Amino acid sequence: MADRITLEVARYRPEQDAEPVMQSYEVPLRKDWAILDGLNHVKDNLDGTLSYRWSCRMGICGSCGMTVNGEPKLTCATFLTDYAPGPVRIEALRNFPVIRDLVVDIDDFMSKLPTVKPWLVRDKQSPVEEGEYLQTPEELDEYKQYSMCINCMLCYAACPVYALDDKFVGPAALALAQRYNLDSRDDGAADRRDVLSSDEGVWACTFVGECSAVCPKDVDPAGAIQRYKLTAATQAVKDLLLPRGAR
Amino acid sequence: MSSTAGPYRRPVSLFWWLERRSYLVFVLRELSSVFVAWFVVYLLMLVSAIGGGSDSYQRFLDRSDQAWMLVLNIVSFLFVLLHMVTWFGLAPKAMVVRLRGRRVPSRAILAGHYALCALLSAVVAWVVLR
Repeated sequence: MADRITLEVARYRPEQDAEPVMQSYEVPLRKDWAILDGLNHVKDNLDGTLSYRWSCRMGICGSCGMTVNGEPKLTCATFLTDYAPGPVRIEALRNFPVIRDLVVDIDDFMSKLPTVKPWLVRDKQSPVEEGEYLQTPEELDEYKQYSMCINCMLCYAACPVYALDDKFVGPAALALAQRYNLDSRDDGAADRRDVLSSDEGVWACTFVGECSAVCPKDVDPAGAIQRYKLTAATQAVKDLLLPRGAR
Repeated sequence: MSSTAGPYRRPVSLFWWLERRSYLVFVLRELSSVFVAWFVVYLLMLVSAIGGGSDSYQRFLDRSDQAWMLVLNIVSFLFVLLHMVTWFGLAPKAMVVRLRGRRVPSRAILAGHYALCALLSAVVAWVVLR
C-alpha cells in the first residue's frame, strides 16, 4: 500500500474565486486516518488557510459532513484507505450555499428545524415531585431510531427535492418531528400537523429514498416521512367524515 | 480593496437525474404515472367499444393489433410494473401494522401486497381467459 494519498479539495475564497477551484494536497495514508484526519494534517502542516467544520471526531456532533467523491459523507467516519490509491475529491456539502472552502451556510436548516417543534410538547406539565414521565421499552422503541439524528444534514445534501425547491422542510426536520410525534410522553402532534401536512412538508417528498441511504445513523427519514403521509391522509379522511368529538 | 463574492450556490444540472441510480428510478417512477393514466384511458376505450356493439368492438381490436399500439402497450405495461414495484416497496415504510401487540415485519407486509396482487391478477385472468 502506498504511504501517501492525494486529497483534491474544493477551495472557495469569495474574495478571489468566482466559483470553487480544486487544490491538491498529499497527505500520509494511514490505516487509522479518516478523511477528517487528512484535512487536519493539511490545516496543521501544509495550508493553514483551508476552512472546514469539525468538532467531535466520533460521529456525534454532525458538523463534518462533506461531499467525498460525489457522495455526502461524515468525514470523521469515512476512512482514507477506502479511497486508496486516490485521489479523493472533497467538496462542500451539496445543496447548501458555500461560505468558504468546505464550510456551508446552514441557516436554512436551522430556521426550519424549530418550525416542527422538535421537543416534548405537554398538554399538562406535572410537578417535579411526581417524578419522571415514565415510558416502557416498547414505547421507547417507537421513536428511538429517529432520535439518533445528529443534524449532520447529509440527507439534505442527497435530496433532489431539496436541491430543486429549498422551501421543502426536508428529511431530518420531518424525521425529528416524527421522533416527538411517536413519543408516548408528547402531546404535540396536532401542533406539528400544519407544518408537516403542508405542501412543503411530507407531501413535497417523492420518496427517492436517498436520504435514508446516506444517513450515517440509520435514522431512515424516508420511512418516517412515508409513515406520516399515511397518518396525515388518515387524519384528513377522519376530519371529513367524523364529527369533531370522535376524531 | 477587492470586492467579495457572496456564498457560492452550485447550479443544479439539467441532467441531475442521471447522477445517481436512485434519482433515475425516481424520475422513471414519476413518468410511470403517464402510462398508468394511459391504461385507464385504454380501459375506458375498451368499455366504450363493448358498449357500442360488435362492430365497434372489432374496430377496437383492429386498432389494438397495430404495431405502434402493441409497442405502446408493452412499454406501458413495463412502466406500470415499475409503478407497482416501487409503490409496494413504499408500503412497508408507511404502514405500521400490529398483530396481538407485536409489529408485523416489513417483509410480511411486502409479501402480503404481492400475494394480494397475484390473487387479483389470477381472478382477472380467470374472468378474461375462461
